[in-house]
Amino acid sequence: MSTHDFWSMGGYARYVWSAYGAGLLVLLWNILTPVLRRRSVLRELTEGDDGDKT
Amino acid sequence: MWTWFHRLASPPSFYRFADLCAPWFLVVSLALIVVGVYGGLVLAPPDYQQGDAFRIIYIHVPAAWMSLFVYTFMAVASVIALVWRIKLAEVAVAAAAPVGASFTALALLTGMLWGKPMWGAYWVWDARLTSELVLLFLYLGVVALNSAITDPRAAARAAALLALVGAVNVPIVHYSVVWWNSLHQGSLFKGGGSTITWSMLWPLLITALGFTLLFGYTQLMRMRNELLLRERGSRWVKELLST
Repeated sequence: MSTHDFWSMGGYARYVWSAYGAGLLVLLWNILTPVLRRRSVLRELTEGDDGDKT
Repeated sequence: MWTWFHRLASPPSFYRFADLCAPWFLVVSLALIVVGVYGGLVLAPPDYQQGDAFRIIYIHVPAAWMSLFVYTFMAVASVIALVWRIKLAEVAVAAAAPVGASFTALALLTGMLWGKPMWGAYWVWDARLTSELVLLFLYLGVVALNSAITDPRAAARAAALLALVGAVNVPIVHYSVVWWNSLHQGSLFKGGGSTITWSMLWPLLITALGFTLLFGYTQLMRMRNELLLRERGSRWVKELLST
């Protein structure tokens, strides 16, 4: 299979690559959002502790 | 075994367990998905009827499998949350709902992208498609209930109740292609055997396993975050934050 054949996906490139792109986005969302959320939770909790003391 | 479960169900030990396991789930899951997608896009031969369009299957079927798997997981956690009021189960329900919604949306979207070239339409009001759309709304309902009620324990009970009632939809989605005359094709597995050839099948199994482990990773991470927030007043969280 040549590189061109691969990217053209037998004429279904639009559908196949959109589907894989959507898949990649959902995977990245599931990987990254809990990491970002963890940062904001830690920030909120440590700031909350400071608030209690003052 | 049971004492091990009991210990794991306590928030601080679960937190440590999740901390230890989550990275491994992520690494193994990504490796499986890369191998599976390579097998699906490059190694598997084109389908004799659908050509290369069938390769959408390697995203569509794992996503659809996850939409049902995560819901079943969430329904079991809901029973535990409602009957035994275990905090960890309440956290599990809240954490699983957005993940399930994302996989359900992906299954619907890739199904539409597959339906257009094969059926001639992005959407038909078919039993399989409609019940999967209902599944998405159930997930979104659980997410909305959890964020609409400020008391987290009351929110968890309401969300668990909705998740449990909605569980009747899971067998409907699964058997819809058998019970109704559907445009959607039937199961690939019939009577113990598979209906597709091995070179097309193995990448599907590998990506599905990869997606499942990815759920393991994101679920552990999300539960960890929720536990920190909900247990903010407890000693173990304060000790954790002070180090």
